[in-house]
Parts: sequence; C-alpha cells; structure tokens
Amino acid sequence: MIIALLAAAGGLGAALRFIVDGLVRARVRAALPVGTMLINITGSLLLGFLAGLVLAHQVPSALQTILGTGLLGGYTTFSTASFESVRLVQSGRIGLALLNGVGTMIMCVLAAAAGLGLALLV
Amino acid sequence: MADPIDHQMESAAALPVDSDVDALAPRHRPLHLKVRYVALVALGGAVGALARYALTTVLPAPQGWPLPTLLVNLAGAFALGALLEGLSRRGPDAGRLRVARLLAGTGFMGAFTTYSTLALDAVHLFGDDRIGAAFLYLAASLFGGAAATILGIWAAAGHHRAVSRRSPVTAPGHGTGTSIGMKS
Repeated sequence: MIIALLAAAGGLGAALRFIVDGLVRARVRAALPVGTMLINITGSLLLGFLAGLVLAHQVPSALQTILGTGLLGGYTTFSTASFESVRLVQSGRIGLALLNGVGTMIMCVLAAAAGLGLALLV
Repeated sequence: MADPIDHQMESAAALPVDSDVDALAPRHRPLHLKVRYVALVALGGAVGALARYALTTVLPAPQGWPLPTLLVNLAGAFALGALLEGLSRRGPDAGRLRVARLLAGTGFMGAFTTYSTLALDAVHLFGDDRIGAAFLYLAASLFGGAAATILGIWAAAGHHRAVSRRSPVTAPGHGTGTSIGMKS
C-alpha cells in the first residue's frame, strides 16, 4: 500500500515539477534555469520540514516515505539541474554554470536546514 | 532543457487526429498545460520514484554515508545526458521523440534523481559534525553529476556517429533506440 502511494506521489511530484517549470519559464526569460532552482529549493525546504515533523512530533515515518521519498523526491530533480549546468558550460557561460551548480547546492542545503529547524520549533 | 522547445507550436505531424480537446485548444498552448503530456511525465515520474526507492533500500550506506542517493543521482545524470543528446540528434522535439523525452527524461529521470534528499542528507551529516563527509558528499554530487552528464552526452554522440556511419540515410524520428510502443 505504502509502495503504491509512493509511486502515485512520485508521479504527482514529477507532474508538479513539469507544470511549475513551464509556468516559470513562460514568465522569466533568463539564461539561468530559475524554474529548476526554485523547484529544488522549495522541495528541499519542505523535505527538511517533513523530516523535522517526523523527528519531533511523532508524525508517522510512512508519511516521510510517501511525501518525502515519493512526492518531494519526484518533485525535485538532480539530473536536470546537472544537465542545465553542463548546457551553460557548453554555451560558454561558466559563471552562470557555477552559479547554477554551487548556488543551487548551497541554497538547497540551507533550505533543508531551515525547514528542519522550523519543524523542531513548532 | 534550458531551451524554448516547450513553447514551440506543435508541428502538424505531431497533432493527433482523434482528439477533440486538442483540436479545439489553441495550437500554441504550452506543453505543461496539456493533459496528455502532464500524464506522460506523471507516469514516468511514478516509475522513477519507485525505482529510486527500490535501489536506495538495496544499496549499502557505509557508516551512514548516503552512497545510495549519490549513485542514483550520478546514474540518472548520465542517463539524462545520453537521452537528451540522443533525442536531439534523431530529430526535432515532436511526435515519438517528444513522448520519449517527457516520459523517460522529464518523468522517469527527473523523479529517479532527487535534490531534496541530497540536501537533507548533507544537513544530517553537518548535524552529526561530520563536516568532511558532508563536503565530500556535496562535492561528489556536484562535480560527479556534471562529469556523469558530460559522459552521457559523449556516449550518445559517439553512438549516433557510429550508427550514422553504418546507415547514413536514417530518417529523423525513425526511433532506433527510443521505440516505446506509442504511435506518433
């Protein structure tokens, strides 16, 4: 049952990513892939928050499997982020590639830590 | 995927003949608002998330170091690089090639790999005062991911060159390696 819900949540997360990225891309015309950055940062914040809830508030860990591994795992993506960084390198935008790669990584770790801390506070 | 292909108009060849909804919708409607494309991404995403879950429960995590997530992310980065390069060399983003990109790329590989777990893994390592292990994990993900993507692109480009040397008249969209049983 948990496995089926995890798969459904993963599909939902991927669909959300597709829609959010499309909406951002239609509004922001930038060389930097802001859609993927926004998706990964918000997903990391939410996963940190969820992990904090499981740690401190007796939220069942099955929820972390379904919403964390499934929904947020499907929503956030590493392969597309890497591909977009490589694309920026290929087009000679080394600075933007570094900003995308390192910037996304720092922001996501900070976001996950902030989410975790927030959940421990509430 | 940092290119405007999502906003291209559908080519006439890619338009279905049996869908009233799409016949009535504006032809420039972006992909992310079309139900059948969103459904393709969701389908691939469900299988991708399941595959990640299965692999991360089977692969070992030595001393709590998040090796499973790293391996999944590097494998997915390689595969996405190969897939997108291979597809772009076969023809324009339409018909069967677009189905393959959304199902296997945006859907499966997108959901198979994960950034949120990567970030949370690092937070846990930092929280346990394993600063070196955390930085090693982040650096291996960042530079390993870029290297895996480049390797995937090279592999697909090399494969494509080898195939076109053997049969120079391969029609675009012929689908040598991306046949997934959908009519285009």
